[in-house]
Amino acid sequence: MAKRLDIKDLNLFYGKFHAVENVSLAVPPKNVTAFIGPSGCGKSTVLRSLNRMHEVAPGARVEGKVLLDGEDIYTSTVDPVEVRRTIGMVFQRPNPFPTMSIRDNVVAGLRLAGLKDKKKLDEVAERSLRGANLWNEVKDRLDKPGGGLSGGQQQRLCIARAIAVQPDVLLMDEPCSALDPISTLAIEDLITELKKEYTIVIVTHNMQQAARVSDQTAFFNLLGVGQPGQLIEVDDTEKIFSNPGQKATEDYISGRFG
Amino acid sequence: MKDPVVAKRPARPGDTGAERGVAAAPHASEAPIPPTPEAPETTKAPHVRPGDRIFRGLATGSGVFIVVLIGAIGLFLILQAIPSLGLDNVNFLTSREWNTTDPTNLRFGILDLTLVTVVVAVLALLIAMPIALGIALFLTQYAPRNLARPFAYVVDLLAAVPSIVFGLWGLFVLGPVLFPFSEWLIENLGWIPLLAKGNVNVQLGGTIFTAGIVVAVMILPIITAVSREVFERTPTMHIEGAIALGATKWEVVRTTVLPFGKAGYVSASMLGLGRALGETIAVAIILSTATSSFGWSLFDGGSTFASKIALAAPEFNDARSAGAYIAAGLVLFVLTFVVNAIARSIVAGHKEYE
Repeated sequence: MAKRLDIKDLNLFYGKFHAVENVSLAVPPKNVTAFIGPSGCGKSTVLRSLNRMHEVAPGARVEGKVLLDGEDIYTSTVDPVEVRRTIGMVFQRPNPFPTMSIRDNVVAGLRLAGLKDKKKLDEVAERSLRGANLWNEVKDRLDKPGGGLSGGQQQRLCIARAIAVQPDVLLMDEPCSALDPISTLAIEDLITELKKEYTIVIVTHNMQQAARVSDQTAFFNLLGVGQPGQLIEVDDTEKIFSNPGQKATEDYISGRFG
Repeated sequence: MKDPVVAKRPARPGDTGAERGVAAAPHASEAPIPPTPEAPETTKAPHVRPGDRIFRGLATGSGVFIVVLIGAIGLFLILQAIPSLGLDNVNFLTSREWNTTDPTNLRFGILDLTLVTVVVAVLALLIAMPIALGIALFLTQYAPRNLARPFAYVVDLLAAVPSIVFGLWGLFVLGPVLFPFSEWLIENLGWIPLLAKGNVNVQLGGTIFTAGIVVAVMILPIITAVSREVFERTPTMHIEGAIALGATKWEVVRTTVLPFGKAGYVSASMLGLGRALGETIAVAIILSTATSSFGWSLFDGGSTFASKIALAAPEFNDARSAGAYIAAGLVLFVLTFVVNAIARSIVAGHKEYE
C-alpha cells in the first residue's frame, strides 16, 4: 500500500514561466512530509505535479522524474488517470460533490473505478468514514447531500473520499486553511492516524502545523519576483525547526523574511 | 454566497456544543458576523447624492415600464378578443374549424392550431436539445481554447440569420432534400401514427417535419449560448476534485459539469421552446395549408398560431374577424408565458448547487 516517492530534478512550467526549478526530494513511506515556504514559491505546484494534476492547467509542462516505488509516473506509457487513482488528493477548500449524498461522495472514486456491488460500496463507505473520524457524526444521514455539512466535516468527508480508494500516497494542499481551529485540530489528529497506513505529503502555511504533524519538512523559497521557486532544504522536522542548515530557512521560520 | 447558509444552519447532532462554544469565542471564523457594525449606520442618515437619485429613478422606471408594457399587451389582447369570442358560433377551445371570412357568421376554434404549434415546437426542441448540449459541452470542455471562441461566434451568428431566410432555405433546399427520406419513412414506418401519410403533398416538403427541423436550427443558438455560459461556471474546485479521484474527461463532465449545469440547460431549452412556439415567418412560408384537419402525423401540413395570424393580414379590415386572430394570439401569449414560468420554477427549485 503505502509507497515511497522520489522526486528527481523536477522543473515545472506554466507556459513560458518557469515556476519551480530543480527539485529533488525523497518522501519515505508511512511518513508525513510537510512543504512550507512563502506564497508563490511553488510548493503547491510541486504537490500538484506528484499526481499529475499540474498538467491540467493549460500550457503547464513538467520536466524531470517522479518515481513511485521506483516507477516514473511521467513516462509516456503511464496514464495520468491511473496515477490519480493511486495518489489521492485533498484540496484547500473542501470540495465534496454538492449533488451527491454523503455516501455517494465517499464511494465516488470506487464508482469511477467500476465497482458496482452495493454491499461492498456500503462497507467501504463506512470504513472510510470511520477512518476519517466522521462516521459517528454522519451515520444517520448518509443519504443527505454532502454540502450540508460544516466546513470541517466537509473536509473530513473529502479525506474519506480520498482514502476510500486506498491510495498509495495522500497529497494534501493546505487542507486546514479554510477551517476553524477546532476543525483544524481534528484534521491534524486524523493525519497522525492516517500516517500509520499512508504516505502523506502536506502543503501548509501554518508552521506550527508543520511542526506538529510532519516527520520531515521541505522549505521552498523564491529568490525574487519572476524567478522560479526552489527547494532550499529538506530535513527532519525537528532539525528544521530547531537547527536549520540554511540561513533562509531560519529567517523564514523565525519570522524574519528576506 | 456560503456564509448565510452557514449562519442559518441549526446546530447538528454531530457538532458538539462544546466544540462550537470554544470555536466561537477566540477565533470566530465560522460564527455569523455580530450585528455591531450595522448599528451606527441606522442612527446616521445615509448619504444620498444626485447620481444615486437619478440612477435609482432610471432603474425603477425601467422595471415598472416593462411590467406595465406586458400588462398592457395582455389587456389589449383580452379587450380585442372578447367581442369576437362572443360572436363565435363554435367552441373556441375544442373546434378544429377556422372560418372568419364572413364576419356575421364567425366559426373559429384553436384545437388544430394548438396541436400543430405544439408538435412543431416539441419536434424542434427534441432535435435541438441534444445537439445544443453536445455543442455546449464541446465548446466548454473539449475544444481547444483558441478554437472555442470563434466556434462560439459562428453558433451565435446562426441567431442573426433573419427568419425569412430560414423559411426560404426550408422551402427550397431542405424540403426537397428531405423528400426521399420522408417518403421512405411513410412507406416503411407509416403504421406509426406520427409517421403516417399526411394531409399535404410530401413532395413539396411543406410538412410539420420540415418546419420542425428548420425551427430546431433556429433555436439552437439560444439553447447553446445559455447552456455554454452555465457549463463554463462549473466551479474549478469540483472539476479538480473529480480529476484528482481519477476521473476521465467524460466522467468529470458527468459528475460535475452536468449536475451543475442541469437546471441552466433545462431553462435554456425552455427559452428555446418559447421561441419555437412563437416562430412565425419561417413556419408560415414552409407549412402547406391543409384542407383536412391535423391527423397526428409529422407529414401533415396546417398552421401554427403565429403562421395563421401572419397569413391572415387581408382579413384584418373587419374588427370582428381580426378579433378572432387576436384571440388566437392571446392563447399563444399565455402558452409562452406558461412555458417561461415552468422554466423559472425549474431553475428556482434547483438551488442546492450554489
